[in-house]
Amino acid sequence: MRALALLPLLLLAACSKESTVTLLNASYDPTRELYEEVNRAFAKRWLEKTGQTVVINQSHGGSGKQARAVIDGLEADLVTLALGWDIDAVASKGKLLPENWATRLPRNSAPFASTIVFVVRKGNPRGIHDWEDLAKPGVQVITPNPKTSGGARWNYLAAYGAAQRKPGGDDAQAKQLMAGLFANVPVLDAGARGSTTTFAERGLGDVLIAWENEALLLLNGASKDTFEVVVPSLSILAETPVALVDQVVDRRGTRTVAEAYLKFLYSDEGQALASKHGFRPTGVATLEPKFAKVSTFTIAEGFGGWATAQRVHFDDRGLFDQLYAVKK
Amino acid sequence: MKKSVLPGFGLSLGVTGLALTLVVLLPLSGLLLETFTLTWPGFWSAVSEPRAVASYRLSFGAAFASAVINGFFGLLLAWVLVRYRFPGRAIVDALVDLPFALPTAVAGLTLTALYAKNGLLGQHLEPLGIFVAFTPVGVVIALTFVGLPFVVRTVQPVLESLDPSLEEAAAVLGASRWQTFRRVIFPSLFPALLTGITLSFARAVGEYGSIVFISGNMPMRTEITPLLIVTRLEQYDYAGATALAIVMLAVSFALLFTINVLQRWSQPRHA
Repeated sequence: MRALALLPLLLLAACSKESTVTLLNASYDPTRELYEEVNRAFAKRWLEKTGQTVVINQSHGGSGKQARAVIDGLEADLVTLALGWDIDAVASKGKLLPENWATRLPRNSAPFASTIVFVVRKGNPRGIHDWEDLAKPGVQVITPNPKTSGGARWNYLAAYGAAQRKPGGDDAQAKQLMAGLFANVPVLDAGARGSTTTFAERGLGDVLIAWENEALLLLNGASKDTFEVVVPSLSILAETPVALVDQVVDRRGTRTVAEAYLKFLYSDEGQALASKHGFRPTGVATLEPKFAKVSTFTIAEGFGGWATAQRVHFDDRGLFDQLYAVKK
Repeated sequence: MKKSVLPGFGLSLGVTGLALTLVVLLPLSGLLLETFTLTWPGFWSAVSEPRAVASYRLSFGAAFASAVINGFFGLLLAWVLVRYRFPGRAIVDALVDLPFALPTAVAGLTLTALYAKNGLLGQHLEPLGIFVAFTPVGVVIALTFVGLPFVVRTVQPVLESLDPSLEEAAAVLGASRWQTFRRVIFPSLFPALLTGITLSFARAVGEYGSIVFISGNMPMRTEITPLLIVTRLEQYDYAGATALAIVMLAVSFALLFTINVLQRWSQPRHA
């Protein structure tokens, strides 16, 4: 059925080879629905403007896995990943784009962002309101493994930064919070979707630390009467950056259309689509009411950027490993 | 060397050697090359940190436990399938292969759903204090699932081709049923059984897809070595990841080699 439906498209593509261009966008998992719609909208605008048909192929997977695939030779024109650290790796390990990629587009190359919130069971029976509540004895917290999941690193940094930056907070308090919090984690899934499944389907845990866009998705689904979202007083602005891969677009001759695609993400239409799918557009003065008011800090403000955060917290024998090294 | 009566030795050895090099040796040497970027102390600290050691214990321990369980039940299952005729036998026979065909991630998800605290089995087990999902027990169960067909499928053909006259002869000579099994049937099955257990063990050591779901991935407690390898890749630490892979490879090779020797040693005695 599907193949038949594609047939006319293929014929069309064969007839007008000149005027068709393809792009590959390597992205992370929760953006599937967003980019499906963005790609359709952009293809329409591009055709109107240039008369050229653009076909955008999507590849989704864990953010780090996608970065490695691009480093190892996946011909992605665009990388739209969960954290800047992964695009940094494409730049530093793969030498596929300049190391200052983040400065090439407005707002750290993040046309939209998300933040980290809590999902609790309906009625909030354990009275979870802020980060401190997650470290209380007897509360079960579900979050994925920061060593394998980009989303989990945002969760970890949100908790750490919030404890450090609250009035009277410091590093010692932050470390204490993290020790209490991770002592309450019964399962460390490999990815963010795995944690959502553990919490929502397996019924494990009192609170799930999650991307706001995933939380909104969960609440829009069939389970909106079983869960509610709790917004902490302070959280991280999880910037999900985008970049074109210079080596690939120059080889394939797709730079113009790839640049236009990224620009489209910053346009009113692109920003509205992001908002529709639960991502916070970064260029909009007033957010839709579904996004709760929350004060946020960025990774640059809280940790001096990804390179430092990664080295101090997540590398082998970093602070996260130390949380588990003490309780043998 | 004595010339074989079979012609074509040189050609077939050459072709086999080439195929083996392309399929097995080339990727393995790539693996070795990657670790050469590490210094000795770097390699040692990468493979000897407590978390890595804890993961070897779980990976090899759980694989061994599941291989033993499969050895016992696989033999029983093969016996039932070969020796008895019962309705639905063809269906049971086909079911045995399912773990081969099912994507292991699906197996892992299903087992987790079954044994989680709100699952079909978990809701009855957890009040009794038996925790399966997110514990080493769950890991063993998942590995048993993926490894079962290996034992059944290696033992089954040998059992089928076992000459019934041997058993008759044993009975005629006055052997009890247990003696017949222990002295006549089991020795002829043993090499095949050992192969099956070995294959099931080897499969279990490398298993990743199903385990990440059921183990819960807790550092020091339920992390398998393949997960640590993925963890290191996630930090772009290719050398550290391959260092762990080398350890797994070396241990697996040593174990498999020992079992092969054991098997060769057990064969002529009973031939």
